Amino acid sequence: MSAIFKDHASDRQMQVKWWSSRVAIYGTLMLWAFICLFPIYWTLTTSFKLAPDVMRGNMIPFVDYTPKWKGWESLGLSPRLIGEVSTVREEFLKRFWNSAVVALSASTLAVVLGSLAAYGLSRFNYRFGFMKNSDISFFFLSQMILPPVVLALPFLVLYKSLNLLDSRIGLILLYTLMVLPIVIWIMRDQFQGIPVELEEAALVDGLGIWGAFLQIVLPIALPGMVAAFILSLVLCWNEYFFAALLTSTNATTLPVMVASQTGSQGINWWSMAALSSAAILPLILVAILLEKYIIKGMAAGAVK
Amino acid sequence: MVWGSAAIFLTLTALQFLHDTGRSSVGFATWRPVLYAYLLWATALCFAQVIVNGEKGKRTLFVLPAALFVISLVVFPLLFALYISFTDWNLASLGGARPNGWDNMRQMWGDTFYWNALKNMVYYVAAVSVEYVVAFGLALLLNAQIRARKFFRVVFLLPLMLSPVAVSWMIGKSMLEVRFGPVSHLVREMGFEPSFFGTPEMARFMIMAMDAWTFIPFMMIMLLAGLQALPREVIEASKVDGASSWQSFKEVIFPLMLPVSVTAIVIRIIFKLKLADIIINVTSGGPGGATDSVTSFIFREYRDRSNVGYGTLLAIVYLVLIVIFITALLKLVSRWMERPA
Repeated sequence: MSAIFKDHASDRQMQVKWWSSRVAIYGTLMLWAFICLFPIYWTLTTSFKLAPDVMRGNMIPFVDYTPKWKGWESLGLSPRLIGEVSTVREEFLKRFWNSAVVALSASTLAVVLGSLAAYGLSRFNYRFGFMKNSDISFFFLSQMILPPVVLALPFLVLYKSLNLLDSRIGLILLYTLMVLPIVIWIMRDQFQGIPVELEEAALVDGLGIWGAFLQIVLPIALPGMVAAFILSLVLCWNEYFFAALLTSTNATTLPVMVASQTGSQGINWWSMAALSSAAILPLILVAILLEKYIIKGMAAGAVK
Repeated sequence: MVWGSAAIFLTLTALQFLHDTGRSSVGFATWRPVLYAYLLWATALCFAQVIVNGEKGKRTLFVLPAALFVISLVVFPLLFALYISFTDWNLASLGGARPNGWDNMRQMWGDTFYWNALKNMVYYVAAVSVEYVVAFGLALLLNAQIRARKFFRVVFLLPLMLSPVAVSWMIGKSMLEVRFGPVSHLVREMGFEPSFFGTPEMARFMIMAMDAWTFIPFMMIMLLAGLQALPREVIEASKVDGASSWQSFKEVIFPLMLPVSVTAIVIRIIFKLKLADIIINVTSGGPGGATDSVTSFIFREYRDRSNVGYGTLLAIVYLVLIVIFITALLKLVSRWMERPA
């Protein structure tokens, strides 16, 4: 049957059109995927190059050049050095640990504070003086437009007098402040999607407001919370501006370390590449494994 | 209980203030204890809400911690910033802060670099429109009937995960390296002499491109979510009515996507206004301030010249401009959306 129809002239034309549109779609997708992946590929391969390989612009490992561990050795992370004591590695791990601690605790704090506030704002009617619910929401969300430069200097002075300069706690507080509006934005959307009847039923069954929130609402909203958490984790991990201004030796995070490497005696391309790879790998893993949540989190606010 | 802890807090603050200004010998080396007293007071306030107001207090308790947190970390520093911005404070000088009235304002008026940075911000914000078009196109492609959608989605998402500092190193320093960067090779193959940060226009364009590379996924995902939430029937109905795919996009999809588009663009603009990391690390504002954003300019004012008072004034002025701009934008958008299409 189908053979007969395919012989028809207009039908063949149709097929040509279909195929060309397929090619165009996949071509564009491939092109953009290449644009997205190439810088990452380049960094990863460069971290296994020696100076001449970098200078010649060799691209493909094992074909153009033989991979060497030189870049990773400068971080003390190559197979040869992994068993030995290495000061560079300790330095790197310290920065890595700082980044991890700061990002994780700031995100946790922001999600806890933000979820509570978002739940309250989406369920109850408040009145603080002249401020009603919408005003309070706006107050929280408006923090998003606050440019970091405005706060940077007061915080520098404030932290100096509070003895929080160059400490993790100081960074945690600031990062929490930075991601809080985003968390509230996502979570408010989440809670509004949960039917109020659920809690009313729980209240009838004798749970308090907080009991209903903790036992009924929280488990349902958990995916949203994970999304908000990951999104803030990404933002905190990558933050550079405050970290550069407010830390010097103890609490420096990875981005600051990466930025400070481009120092005096030219650039060690291979070690820079290794360092950058180490800084971005955790998040690439997060992106691949938890992509669903990230997309959910960003989609939450967009669609009302 | 509240009043008790508030009293402790206030006494400590007063005591410490006197100590700092040298009028009293009693006091601590740092302000840390005052911070603890503040925390104590905040906790007491939260508990008191429940005890005094009962059920109503329990509800307040949801919002109160976040509100206290934000107020103490934003409002107080902002007021402090306002004070600093009218002083001639330079961290390198020993004298500390001295109020100098409107001098900073006058200096700003004549500072061509600041105006130049503001002008650059206009360019940078304008680039959002191009990013929007690309993001919308990609979202449409991802929403089409394709195989391996998950793979493409993950890949397209990746740039957003990378820190701007790493990006500026990976792309700005390494791939665009004039002698051996792969992009330079490509450009040379095409018959041009690579110079990415030589002329102001080119440098600005490269910064925009790098920033776009990181943030296009952000808009793309918001738009994709919008596309997926569109009612299927409407699009199918337009197909049944004989609309071509371009027509159905122009007449049906695009108008339906307007609210999502506006949200995505506004948020993107807000993020764009904070643009700094890439500029600081790749060009540090060069050549001749052509790529400077306001944030990166003030960053150098702080770090290289320690010119605290003046820098803060610039930041405050910037904040005022942003607030005016965003408010105007939102007003404009809401008026435009209400207009019957």
